[in-house]
Amino acid sequence: MARVVVDVMLKPEILDPQGQAIAGACGRLGFTGVSEVRQGKRFEVEVDGEVDDAKLADVRRMAETLLANPVIEDFSLRVE
Amino acid sequence: MTARVGVVTFPGSLDDRDAARAVRIAGAEPVALWHDDPDLKGVDAVVLPGGFSYGDYLRCGAIARFSPIMGELVPAARSGNLPVLGICNGFQILCESHLLPGALTRNKSLRFINRDVTLRVESTATAWTNRYTDGEEIRIVLKSGEGCYVADTATLDELERTGRVVARYAEPAPNGSRREIAGVTNEHGNVVGLMPHPEHAVEDLTGPSTDGLGFFTSLLAHLADGVPAAAGATG
Repeated sequence: MARVVVDVMLKPEILDPQGQAIAGACGRLGFTGVSEVRQGKRFEVEVDGEVDDAKLADVRRMAETLLANPVIEDFSLRVE
Repeated sequence: MTARVGVVTFPGSLDDRDAARAVRIAGAEPVALWHDDPDLKGVDAVVLPGGFSYGDYLRCGAIARFSPIMGELVPAARSGNLPVLGICNGFQILCESHLLPGALTRNKSLRFINRDVTLRVESTATAWTNRYTDGEEIRIVLKSGEGCYVADTATLDELERTGRVVARYAEPAPNGSRREIAGVTNEHGNVVGLMPHPEHAVEDLTGPSTDGLGFFTSLLAHLADGVPAAAGATG
């Protein structure tokens, strides 16, 4: 078993009100020096056997079709 | 012949019954469609209702997009033949299906908004708005948590240049939607997505007005004009 991690983040130009709310809370809680927070999603995809190029390409297709909406989100993947 | 308008029920749909009721009040026959059955039953048009399909898991509309009924609906809608109105969650499903540009994200306030809003109808050249007049103001209810319409600047410019903004909030968009956009249409004008709910504004007893009925009577006028309706006639 191997794990492919897919991180999905809103594109930089898309407003992230959740991240802004978190940044606001940081200030109120005394965590100083936080200038911005952006919130995203992390998917842990367990795949059978070793991750070869074909399997990675499969997960990439899955990420761009389902896990992320490419209209508003970017994603990156890595093998762990 | 009475027009037959399908209303799709997904797991988590809330407004399918109100949508069917609006269809009936407008003078058409509502036809219940089921997300898991890829049969459009030969309907003349389809309404994707509001609600929280699949619990809004992953993203609103992201799972519903891949349901069996959408496999039949998407090509018929994309071809320009099948009129489709997506309301609220239905609008989100249409964006996730790439039948409409842009996406709907969390309200700027992070709060669920449930109140009447005034919209300005900006395009009457669609299957669902031809009975309104350009610039007409209508008052219907907005009730959504992820109603903030976003798209990149080039897409927004293109939508405005080609008259594909169907309606705007007549006030600063309460949910933060770019350029106050409340609804858009595709290049053929057969697919319309709208965040507020016209189906809740068809009767004096329960709605803020009856202004929403025009979406459904517009469809009947559109169908009566002899525009071919080509829903997968498998039934």
